[in-house]
Amino acid sequence: MSKNIKFLGLLLTLIIFFIILLKGLNISKDYSNEKLKSKIDFSLNAKKLFSDEIINISDLFDKNSPSVVNIWASWCAPCREEHQFLMKLKDMNINIIGINYKDSPKNAKNFLSSLGNPYSEVITDNDGTKSIEFGAIGVPETFIISGKTNEIIKKYIGPLTSDNLIEIKNLLKKNA
Amino acid sequence: MSNYLGNYSLYIALIASVYLIFKSYLDANSDNKYLDKNFILITSIQTIMIMVSFFSLVAAFVISDFSNETVFNNSHTLKPLFYKVSGTWGNHEGSLLLWLLVLSIFLFIFLLNSRSQDTKYKLLTILFQQIIITGFLVFILLTSNPFKMLYPIPSEGLGLNPILQDPALAIHPPILYLGYVGTSIIFSASLASMISGNIGDKWARHIKNWVLVSWVFLTIGILLGSIWAYYELGWGGFWFWDPVENVSLMPWFCLTALLHTVIVLQKRNSFKEWTIILSITTFSLSMSGTFLVRSGILNSIHTFANDPSRGLYILSFLFILILMSILIFFFNQNKISNTAKENFILSKETAILVNNWFMMFFLSVVLVGTIYPIFLEVLNGSKISVGPPFYHNLLIPFLIPFLIFMSFGPSLKWIKDKLKKFNYNILIIFLVSLLISYVILTKTENSFLLSIPLIVLSIYLLLVTIKDFFVSKSSISQKISHFGFSLLITSILLNGLFSNEFNSNMKVGDERIFNEKVVKLKEVSVTDVDNYKSLKASFEVTNKNSSFALYPEVRIYQQPLTITSEADIKTTLFSDNFLVFNILKDDGYYNVRYQYKPLMIWIWISTIFIGFGGLLSVIRKNEQKY
Repeated sequence: MSKNIKFLGLLLTLIIFFIILLKGLNISKDYSNEKLKSKIDFSLNAKKLFSDEIINISDLFDKNSPSVVNIWASWCAPCREEHQFLMKLKDMNINIIGINYKDSPKNAKNFLSSLGNPYSEVITDNDGTKSIEFGAIGVPETFIISGKTNEIIKKYIGPLTSDNLIEIKNLLKKNA
Repeated sequence: MSNYLGNYSLYIALIASVYLIFKSYLDANSDNKYLDKNFILITSIQTIMIMVSFFSLVAAFVISDFSNETVFNNSHTLKPLFYKVSGTWGNHEGSLLLWLLVLSIFLFIFLLNSRSQDTKYKLLTILFQQIIITGFLVFILLTSNPFKMLYPIPSEGLGLNPILQDPALAIHPPILYLGYVGTSIIFSASLASMISGNIGDKWARHIKNWVLVSWVFLTIGILLGSIWAYYELGWGGFWFWDPVENVSLMPWFCLTALLHTVIVLQKRNSFKEWTIILSITTFSLSMSGTFLVRSGILNSIHTFANDPSRGLYILSFLFILILMSILIFFFNQNKISNTAKENFILSKETAILVNNWFMMFFLSVVLVGTIYPIFLEVLNGSKISVGPPFYHNLLIPFLIPFLIFMSFGPSLKWIKDKLKKFNYNILIIFLVSLLISYVILTKTENSFLLSIPLIVLSIYLLLVTIKDFFVSKSSISQKISHFGFSLLITSILLNGLFSNEFNSNMKVGDERIFNEKVVKLKEVSVTDVDNYKSLKASFEVTNKNSSFALYPEVRIYQQPLTITSEADIKTTLFSDNFLVFNILKDDGYYNVRYQYKPLMIWIWISTIFIGFGGLLSVIRKNEQKY
């Protein structure tokens, strides 16, 4: 009898795993084909990295054009790799908002002073909750967010590459 | 031409598989005393066909035959020959073909190597192994055929990702696959022995070779991947807890547990069911690794393919295999003769059981960290991030009991050991390690309470494993592997404690002073090499009384446009000096990162020791046989 219970329990677990992984398979597909358009909660408050002032997230966004949001940390090696591309975006006069993920303010400021600061504003995210609100699963991640409808237009997981730059520029132009 | 050859030989291999499945199923239910000669013949034909298919893909890569879609997507005429060849398995389709090749070769070797085993057991092993081979063949032919044709034939290929052009990475996948696929033989063999009811010491002796071989390959495969990450990614670390790295680590934990359990089965004829469960789990984890990596369900720097139909296929295949093994396990459980013996707390059996608990704990942590984000996202749509802090916080504290345990566990006797009289040697070793740790810890400002017991215990374990070379009666291969492991832990801990770095923007001619060292950027030269443009910087690092030069490089590849940083690393026995630079903007500044990493080379050396111990055990075991 107990053998049957063990067997059924194992079978049930297996089925649950199967269903969840199957669903997961479909979710991850959504990242790539741009169908997923969730909204960002603009009522969030956050602390600025440089002035310690607490502001409402919606103040950071330009209402008339999309903005780029980049989640980064000084301890994150790929962030260092992608930094040069963020600087290029800044040179194209693109508004980039930085979210500093689970980092010490001192290290974060050192990072920006030695590599350059591509961000129009950096907000801190000590416990990682802000990044979760944005739907991030790690660092670095980059979002393009519409200022008008606060929808996510596009999401990049992992460091940006030179190919992404052109794509970002075109996306911003299209959604302006 | 090679496209047709490769494609049709896969179909012939599939026909051979179907034949072997039916034939082995029918024969297993009859009372044949001997294995039909046809089995070896058909299996060798199948192996040869898959080889033909694999080498025709290699040939297509070598001659840059762009009528083949896989070659077109992953190769380029300008690429060096070595990377054209390694490009064969540097992509999804080719790597699956390699999996398949190793699967069939291993089955062939198994057949040659198991003459003395029971016929029914051999037939069933062929059956299960052929089911796996068929699964992979159908997967390749349906969703990932490497021989798809292109027309019109393009004149140039799209190139291989330059980050994959590295010698360590070129041989990393084949070695890792030998480890993964080796677990498939263990899986098939343990299911077969479950049904034929021959689990026991004789079977353990026979399967132990396969466990050891897979374990050695997996160890070396993980080592190579980690060396690649260190030298090529240029982040200055060797392990990032990336999901793709984790999926190779999970079968390793399980296989390590199995390796120890099989010894108990061999010497004491117990832990039968547990051995079977571990065999099934190890292979399931290897297969899940393939699923997680190949389906694109994980978002990782390594993610290769993102094709849901492939993911669906592997997922279904994986679950059919697991379901099959669960059914076989439960319906044949009563065939296991339970020669339950009394177990004493102070014995080698218990020690190995505790080793298994630790392995299962480490495995669970890594498993949760890897798949929990997927689960949570499906269940309530929330997304969490799991990074190094999660693994470090959960794993490092448990290293303390693990290290204590490992220092005495291996020297316990079988069946029952006595509490010995107080051993003064042990006390001396412990005091010596306290002293060494004190000297080490005074040199660092990093004084977490946790690092004190960790350093003391790792050095203590290191000294104990060295002492064992002279005192203990256990096998030399075990001593080498255990010594390698304690060296690995010690090196990783000291490396983590004493590493430091600086990061700065420098112009040609600039100097930076760091930890009593002067780092000077002397010049940057630009040259054109084969398929990339190279910027080579020349740095001089001056210590108190010596100086050395470092030449890091930035490579700009054209097909596809990618910039990679090649770190220059000066390695000595005591430390690595790691320097990497990046182009900033065109104002003459470069971003320079200099790292001092002590004992780096010992992390590689100790892992080689671990693997070498296993290898020695395989060789010595085979010598005993003849």
